[in-house]
Amino acid sequence: MSFGVVMLCHTALDRAAQVARHWARHGCPVVIHLDRRVPDRERDGLVQALTDLPDVRFSDRVACEWGMFGLVQATILAASRMLADFPQVGHVFLASGSCLPIRPVRDLERFLDANPHTDFIESVTTADVGWTVGGLNKERFTLRFPFSWKKQRRLFDLYVRLQRRLGLHRRIPDGIVPHLGSQWWCLTRASLEAILKHPDRSRYDRYFRRVWIPDESYFQTLVRQVSHRVESRSLTLAKFDFQGRPHIFYDDHLHLLRQSEAFAARKIWHSADLLYQTFLQNAEHAPRPAPNPGKIDRLFAKAVQRRVKGRPGLFMQSRFPNQGRGGNQSAAPYGVFEGFDALFQDFRPWLAQAVEGRVHGHLFASERVQFATGEAVFKGGLSDSATLRDYNPRSFLTSLIWNTRGETQCFQFGPSDVQEIAKFIAQDPNAMVFAVTGAFAVPLWRSGRSAHEVRGEVARLQKIEADLIALVDSPESKARMRRWTLGEFLENPAEPLQVIVDMLNPRVRQRRADLPRLLPLAGFSSFLQDLRNQGMQPVLMGDMPETLDSLPNGRAPVMSQPVE
Amino acid sequence: MCIRNEAQRLPFVLDHHRRMGVRHFLIVDNGSTDDSSAWLAAQADVSVWQTRASYKASRFGMDWLGWLLMRYGHGHWCLTLDADELLVYPHWQTRPLPALTEWLDRQGAPALGVLTLDLYPAGSVSQGDYQAGDDPLTLLHWFDSGNYQVQVQPKMGNLWIQGGVRARAFFAETPRRAPTLNKIPLVRWHWRYAYVNSTHALLPPRLNRVYATDGGMLTSGVLLHTKFLPGIIDRSAEEKARGEHFADASQYSGYYDRLTADPVMRSPASTKYTGWRQLEALGLMSRGGWV
Repeated sequence: MSFGVVMLCHTALDRAAQVARHWARHGCPVVIHLDRRVPDRERDGLVQALTDLPDVRFSDRVACEWGMFGLVQATILAASRMLADFPQVGHVFLASGSCLPIRPVRDLERFLDANPHTDFIESVTTADVGWTVGGLNKERFTLRFPFSWKKQRRLFDLYVRLQRRLGLHRRIPDGIVPHLGSQWWCLTRASLEAILKHPDRSRYDRYFRRVWIPDESYFQTLVRQVSHRVESRSLTLAKFDFQGRPHIFYDDHLHLLRQSEAFAARKIWHSADLLYQTFLQNAEHAPRPAPNPGKIDRLFAKAVQRRVKGRPGLFMQSRFPNQGRGGNQSAAPYGVFEGFDALFQDFRPWLAQAVEGRVHGHLFASERVQFATGEAVFKGGLSDSATLRDYNPRSFLTSLIWNTRGETQCFQFGPSDVQEIAKFIAQDPNAMVFAVTGAFAVPLWRSGRSAHEVRGEVARLQKIEADLIALVDSPESKARMRRWTLGEFLENPAEPLQVIVDMLNPRVRQRRADLPRLLPLAGFSSFLQDLRNQGMQPVLMGDMPETLDSLPNGRAPVMSQPVE
Repeated sequence: MCIRNEAQRLPFVLDHHRRMGVRHFLIVDNGSTDDSSAWLAAQADVSVWQTRASYKASRFGMDWLGWLLMRYGHGHWCLTLDADELLVYPHWQTRPLPALTEWLDRQGAPALGVLTLDLYPAGSVSQGDYQAGDDPLTLLHWFDSGNYQVQVQPKMGNLWIQGGVRARAFFAETPRRAPTLNKIPLVRWHWRYAYVNSTHALLPPRLNRVYATDGGMLTSGVLLHTKFLPGIIDRSAEEKARGEHFADASQYSGYYDRLTADPVMRSPASTKYTGWRQLEALGLMSRGGWV
């Protein structure tokens, strides 16, 4: 037994001729169907190129409009010719002009000889396919499609909508269950003959003439009626992009194609010289690497994913998402700390260790950017110039988070900083804002100036901080926030600090026993009272704990024992 | 391409794009006084137009190029470049331009967006020796990888990308004036199209949508910018005197002065160029599903 190849061709005829010659040279008869629309001059060229090969024949020609019945007709014409002209053919392998055999012909022959009664055709019921694009699955079979999708898109869409509106449905002929699958199959002589000589064929053909993309359903449906053994897979590797268009294989896919278990691949770029040369001339005897079809699947699945979902947090010349589509999202979770550095002597180094990340100072300080170790230029070339940063604070922050993917970033933020970034932070689902409200007053108190002198400043900063908290707390906000009034925080600093570590570094196993050292706060309560006496109302600080003045200054608060 | 005194860069830049599949070069020579004209005349695939008219008055050459595009570009994929720009895009070594443009055609994309990536040397810009035909990347292989500012310009719907090393080193106090880095150099041309300023934006505005707004990403490339070859110092002094490069050239005298002072642009945070895969990993270009 041997097999024959039916080739449906319409462009790159020089490549088609090369492939036809390859099949024929290895003993496979070939029948070529050439799209009716190909000019005679080109057809003559192809015929001429293959004239020395008696087992390469040409079938009658019909026009093959994509998505229309012509492609099925072409297949029927060429397959009939194959069955009639070459009685020794046991399987018919359907290929296109841009298919390339990627394994030795001998392999395919042996494979088919071992499975003489099996039809290799992807054939899946409409309910089970997940891969059709455009939302037309079942409707391919129940609506009429007289218009070309490629050339008469408007009419096509209009007519589909009209039929839906009017509730028009075609009846699916008795006895058939619609199946879909790759156009590229390999059927046995017995099955093909049974399909082509089926008593109901004219009825089926009439029906399929108005089905959309019948080349993906005609044989896939009818084979189920006649075949005893369908193996539902294509022997031809084909990958599709997110719009359902076939991917093209180029020279750089050589290694990948060599790892495929399929016998042919499409589509091959017409100028992929290396692929044609390798697979048509050298590969017949070359050793193959171990098959790894999963790798191919993963690569193309990832490509679709990348095209459709992009890379969250990246803004560049071919990705700039709208607000609702990721336009307000950075690349990774990060921590924003309001007030903490005013309370501890060594908060930043402590936090860096606890969350195993990078802890910057005030990135949005008005004079200059305070990168973690005071760098003038940070990763990716980010400058410490406040002017550059403030020109586009959102780009600054998203770049910083993007540039440091894989390392958690934290930074201090306070009411003295440039606030414009707050809007972005509030909308960013990756932002985690930790705030000890009112802590901004501590440095003012520690400056030694009197309540009278600083009351204006305290009021101003309090307003800014209140606005920020309201922004991040609003129902529209996507940032996560944990906040404590200064009073609440000082009651028991260990607990909030643990919350922070858990949120920013959820994988950490070992709870840290040591904590950062609080600054001495004895006298702060009376400072707040002085402010009140001056007529100012400090509200964000909450009620100071009565023990404040007796808090052991300069010592770490006691951490509760970890619960294992 | 519109050039002036580029005898040093032309051999490599033409060869780079020739190997990529450019079939013909249309070049406006704006009064070169070096060997550019003679060298170009000897090339089989180059057509040259000579003019001594003002570069600035022709909207920085765009009126000249616009006419050539209208007259000869209709229906073709056209690449509009400066002599110091080298196009790279995903898989460019294995997939020549026809492969890219067929892909763009299949995607229904009429144009390709790119980022201009300033490359600079390890030391001061005057160091090193560049001869005609040399690969500029042997001298220039550092760049800034993640300091770009992106915004949309609502009027034309195009992106406005600034940043990179020039913003960092020369425009930190006046970032608005930093060079525009987004370009749309590759377009399936129609005689009705027009570039608005340089190749940053096009009319009609729909052509400027070379970026995805739904969270996905489209295919894009990078123009490797080889401005900072050793000749830059003399050139900057000359450009400053000619005042032909900016609408209000006086505002850029500080820029020229800093360039003439032979700066070192590399910082500890600079990245060394290794190829397009690196640029893609860094998010400076994208395959956009073209694997």
